[in-house]
Amino acid sequence: MAKIALNVDGKSHSIEADPDMPLLYALRDDLGLRNPKFGCGLAQCGACTVIIDGEATRSCVTPVDSVQKNKIVTLAGLGGGKAHKLQEAFLAEQVPQCGMCMNGWIMTAAAFLEKNPKPSEAQFKEALTGIKCRCGTHMSILRALMRAAQA
Amino acid sequence: MSTAGTALRPQLDPKRLASYISITPDGSAIAYFGKMDMGQGADVGVAQMVAEELNLPAERVHIVMGDSGTSINQGGASGSTGVWLGGAALKNAAAEARLILVEMAAKYLGVAADDLTVDNGMISAKSDPKKNVSYGELIGGRWFDQEIAWNGQYGNPLALKTRAKLKDPKSYKIYGKSPPRRDVPAKILGTADMVIDIKVPGMMHGRTVLPPVAGAVPVSFDPGSIKHIPGVTVVHEKGFLGVVAAREWDAVKAARDLKVTWSDVKPAFPDQKDIDKHIPNAPVSKSGGEKENVSGEKLAEAFKGAVRIIEATYEFPFQSHASMTPGIAVVDYQPNGQTTLWTGSQKPHYTGDGVAHILGLKNEQVRGIWVPGAGCYGRNDAGDAAVGTAILSRAVGKPVRYQMMRHEGHDWDPKFPASVHKVRAGLDKDNKIVAWHFHSKSFDRLNVHSNESNSSDNLFGQMTGAKPKPQLVYGSPSESYKFPAKSSTWDVIPPLLEHSSPLRTSHLRDPLGPEIHFASESFVDEVAFAIGVDPVDFRLQHADDQRDKDVIRAAAEKSGWQKHTAARKQRRGDVAFGHGMAYAQRSGTRVAIVAEVEVNLKTGKVWGKKFTVAHDCGVVINPQTLTQTIEGNIVQALSRATLEEVMFDNKNVTSVDWETYRILDITEMPESVDVVLINRQEIAPTGAGEGSMRPVTAAVANAIYEATGIRIRQAPFTPERIKAGLA
Repeated sequence: MAKIALNVDGKSHSIEADPDMPLLYALRDDLGLRNPKFGCGLAQCGACTVIIDGEATRSCVTPVDSVQKNKIVTLAGLGGGKAHKLQEAFLAEQVPQCGMCMNGWIMTAAAFLEKNPKPSEAQFKEALTGIKCRCGTHMSILRALMRAAQA
Repeated sequence: MSTAGTALRPQLDPKRLASYISITPDGSAIAYFGKMDMGQGADVGVAQMVAEELNLPAERVHIVMGDSGTSINQGGASGSTGVWLGGAALKNAAAEARLILVEMAAKYLGVAADDLTVDNGMISAKSDPKKNVSYGELIGGRWFDQEIAWNGQYGNPLALKTRAKLKDPKSYKIYGKSPPRRDVPAKILGTADMVIDIKVPGMMHGRTVLPPVAGAVPVSFDPGSIKHIPGVTVVHEKGFLGVVAAREWDAVKAARDLKVTWSDVKPAFPDQKDIDKHIPNAPVSKSGGEKENVSGEKLAEAFKGAVRIIEATYEFPFQSHASMTPGIAVVDYQPNGQTTLWTGSQKPHYTGDGVAHILGLKNEQVRGIWVPGAGCYGRNDAGDAAVGTAILSRAVGKPVRYQMMRHEGHDWDPKFPASVHKVRAGLDKDNKIVAWHFHSKSFDRLNVHSNESNSSDNLFGQMTGAKPKPQLVYGSPSESYKFPAKSSTWDVIPPLLEHSSPLRTSHLRDPLGPEIHFASESFVDEVAFAIGVDPVDFRLQHADDQRDKDVIRAAAEKSGWQKHTAARKQRRGDVAFGHGMAYAQRSGTRVAIVAEVEVNLKTGKVWGKKFTVAHDCGVVINPQTLTQTIEGNIVQALSRATLEEVMFDNKNVTSVDWETYRILDITEMPESVDVVLINRQEIAPTGAGEGSMRPVTAAVANAIYEATGIRIRQAPFTPERIKAGLA
């Protein structure tokens, strides 16, 4: 166990944790955040995604010790107190079915949009390849992504 | 929102109206739904059904659902019955409530009941509109104390009978509109707990250690192997092995590091590549089927009279629910009080019963509370997780949150059964069909029952000693083709491993639908082309039901179907493209689909590019949720048709993550899904949760044939199989 400092959604936290523990467990169990989800623990589905210094990062395979000096943003902090334009678009398109994958799509897309504000459909798909949705809501997801890109 | 006010609610009883509906002090209604919605919007549809009968706006009908403490067991999410059966019961309860409210108003206002009219929750006299009273004033905050007639059956068949005349469909005002889903904001903004987020005071974290070889049991474990992790309890009960720790990561590490000695068992499975040989040669546990219009003898006679026989064999693999989050539950075991289960299972009443069963409690001692979680798509691992959690909670005497790891979710969830189907048609000298036989040989539809209320049907129940109770059932194609002699039969074969098998079979979305109709609707195409008839014309000539013909015609027209009597094998460079049709019924719902696919002739990759879906499920209640439900089904079915196959070696399942069990990626999604909703205002709604999944596999296979001339008879349609056909 070690003392670990984390900066999450603009707030500083200090926790006691195994340095090898994935960041996801710190966010969920120590900080009580519900948005990064456990989906696979293997960086294969995206459900645990957070944005670390601007990069969409799979928190399920990121040792908590390795991000002590970085700025971590979760879905809760994405819009800076209000809904992010991607969240607005996903609401407008009524996207989710079960909803477990939504964090992965929105967080990965948000990091991508910061660098590529006006992507084509093909660019957006390429950027989000690998993110899983088991319910098959891809038609709605793409409508929402393009709505946000055009907002 | 769980009570109608401050008054105590009468005990839940299926005979009591108050078990289904109440009125709040502000005159809104609450309907208590003994099913739940898992993200397809069934709850909004049910709210619209209740609102229609109560003459309330839909947004003033609240739905409380999926909690055995607040609703009668209506069977959970199951068989696409949410609106069809679950909604119908609550619609009748709403009509009964309105009748009672009008009777109360007649007394209160001193006018005859037939002089009263209801609008927006306000009852007024037609003769003197100033004489009026609201629902809220009449009963708001109190409970109905009347009874309602029910049919004595719990679960999906639960039906209620109202004394009231149901509203004339012609006067519907709320059906056909699309009020928004209620669960979406929390899922997008992350503002409410899902089952994965549930925490209760004093809660511990559990993980399991599952056998590396299917069928092996833990003989012993080495406590020294986890002594570097403080405060871990190992729970070993017969074949079950789990760990519990105060911190989740400690439980994960302990399950990972615990050294276990497993019993030496003979590997139970054949080689994956031999499964298509295993099924035809396997002994038969049980046979059945639907004779349709002839006996076996008459069918054989009809085939003897044929001058030409066409036959083909189709194969479908084991598939996994592969839910986004592997099985999870929280259980607070209280042997002398009320035990509580929090679950994402689609059948929380039954899942609670399953927890009661393993704990030796009465059903009413366990409250099963559904909290939104990963989509189940049938009998996934949610119920297994609930029972595993109960075992852990009992062992440590504290509330436990147990979650499977990803490899456990993929490896050990109940599977969709692998099958082989042999279809034959006999033709006379004029190419008229005189005999038609559809035969399936398959693993059991329900090696473990989808209700998950009995330890026998539960992985961890079996591991702790419950004896499996396989159902030995299968099914038949659902269509209306009429042939002079037609029969459908099936054989169910024994499971590869009888006890605690990772290949035990149960319901996965549209149970049996994709495999049976892959075979039946591919074969229809084969016969049509063999006799030189356009596949759409063939279906229209032989389907015997007008609504079936209407969806077939609507899909063909909307897709711009061009008649053809042979594969056209159209090309754009290295890409072949073509169109295929398939149709099916499902419990009263009819769906016809035209698929346009591209096949890359170099890589063998199939892309389901465009789908045109004609859908008739009776009256359309909420067009938007219905359309999006259909889109989801098409994409999930396309994933299963082109990618999904549970792999295994002779020891265990080897599809254990998203790399070894591929599902559809956003780069592989269709370019468009065009939905035609056929609205039958006069026909009560049937299900929509699964029907549009059913014809997809065959529509894609038929389109692959039309594009390439390759008849692919084994799903999924992988590049390797396509390339083998092209070679």
